[in-house]
Amino acid sequence: MTGDRIIQVEDLNKSFGKLHVLKGITTNIHKGEVVAIIGPSGCGKSTFLRCLNLLEEPTGGRIYFNGKDISHIKEVAKIRQHIGMVFQQFNLFPHKTVLENITYAPIKIKKIDKNEAKEKGLVLLAKVGLQEKADVYPSRLSGGQKQRVAIARSLAMEPEVILFDEPTSALDPEMVKEVLDVMKSLISTGITMAIVTHEMNFAREVSDRIFFLDGGKLAEDATPENFFSQPQCDRAKQFLEKML
Amino acid sequence: MNLDFSRVWGSIPFILQGIPTTLQYTLLSVVFGFLLGVILSLCKISGIKPLDYFAQAYTSIFRGVPLILMLSLVYFGIPQLTGYNFSALEAGVITFSLNSAAYVSETIRAGILAVDRGQREAAMSLGVPYLLYMWDIILPQALKNILPALVNESINLLKDTALVSTLGAQDILRSAQIVGAEKYLYFEPLIIAGVIYYVLVITLTFGATALEKWMRRID
Ligand SMILES: Nc1ncnc2c1ncn2[C@@H]1O[C@H](COP(=O)(O)OP(=O)(O)OP(=O)(O)O)[C@@H](O)[C@H]1O
Ligand SMILES: [Mg+2]
Repeated sequence: MTGDRIIQVEDLNKSFGKLHVLKGITTNIHKGEVVAIIGPSGCGKSTFLRCLNLLEEPTGGRIYFNGKDISHIKEVAKIRQHIGMVFQQFNLFPHKTVLENITYAPIKIKKIDKNEAKEKGLVLLAKVGLQEKADVYPSRLSGGQKQRVAIARSLAMEPEVILFDEPTSALDPEMVKEVLDVMKSLISTGITMAIVTHEMNFAREVSDRIFFLDGGKLAEDATPENFFSQPQCDRAKQFLEKML
Repeated sequence: MNLDFSRVWGSIPFILQGIPTTLQYTLLSVVFGFLLGVILSLCKISGIKPLDYFAQAYTSIFRGVPLILMLSLVYFGIPQLTGYNFSALEAGVITFSLNSAAYVSETIRAGILAVDRGQREAAMSLGVPYLLYMWDIILPQALKNILPALVNESINLLKDTALVSTLGAQDILRSAQIVGAEKYLYFEPLIIAGVIYYVLVITLTFGATALEKWMRRID
């Protein structure tokens, strides 16, 4: 199911001032692959993910998207159209309705006809099970519903990859499942995803690969079977003992 | 003490005719001042040093100089330099807009910085370019938070426009002064002018409260 490399990362480094967060990460993500990124708090998972869509500018190394070096590219906005992102805190636009949240970027950026965008938006809302919420404002939604809208909003741009940064960490426990279910249904469509998560069972169940980050390094890059049954480094063993 | 409002009663319509002039100055200055204020606030948060310094120096100068001096500079000083004569309306609107922009830019800057940075990141990750997401996503949220401060600024502007009476523009204050000069009365027409300004300000305040309520309906 996996094909060409969609994202290549070469010796990626990121520092915030004196704080050296990412210390030379080299890896790649293939088309159609689902990568779960795990690791202890503060190890640089978010920073790594945010470098992939250039929300953080790398301080060293290279990132290629579809073979093109995007590390210091000028037209970042263009690249980001193809790389969706879903945030822990949802970040829906509070002054726009649910449907407007979804159609905003397609209309303004892709210049898609308004009615067409609305129709597509409603289809997406149906996919995440929320078509009846099209005209309400985000403040009226539960956390799980907000995150499903955020996923639909990201899908509306028809990205080639979607990055998830702890999409269920801000949710009440009873809402985690509805979001994970939506993500599972997405995975079955074959879209490429990179997911930072603390949901170990989910990671094990849906991912093709596990990235274990530790201290800003890619300490392990393994299949979930291998990683969970026989982690190679001690840090991963300790981490798994704590998490499982 | 001899107050005699009956003598100015008939002149009230004449003073009222100053309202459109006052409102014209106010409205134009609010709009231009706001737009310029947005640009200045973007300069202040741009992270581009020269733009930031320019905007800060701008604000500092307008804060430090009396408004009537600025107005005189524009109305009397610029013609001396350039030979171009501004009308009172042009000079007034230019001065008040420039001045208002200095204050409003600070307010807008603070309002923009107060918007959750996740909003910016969400828009960026959708591929929305800077100016577009500033206008569509960040500013509307910032404005909602700073609306009371902006209304205050508009109220100040409305009262400041009375300065154009010194240029002969026939606003509320000037109309009252004309009535006073004709009837050799000062207290009564000025009181009437004061009441008119007060009613305008109160109306603006009520309007703003209603607007705020309407904007908060979706919270
Ligand atoms: N914008 C920033 N400025 C300065 N330091 C930062 C910034 N973003 C992250 N850091 C620091 O970089 C380190 C890695 O942060 P990061 O958010 O990537 O970790 P994480 O693995 O996602 O952790 P968590 O599981 O808690 O989300 C932390 O020490 C953090 O304080
Ligand atoms: Mg994180």
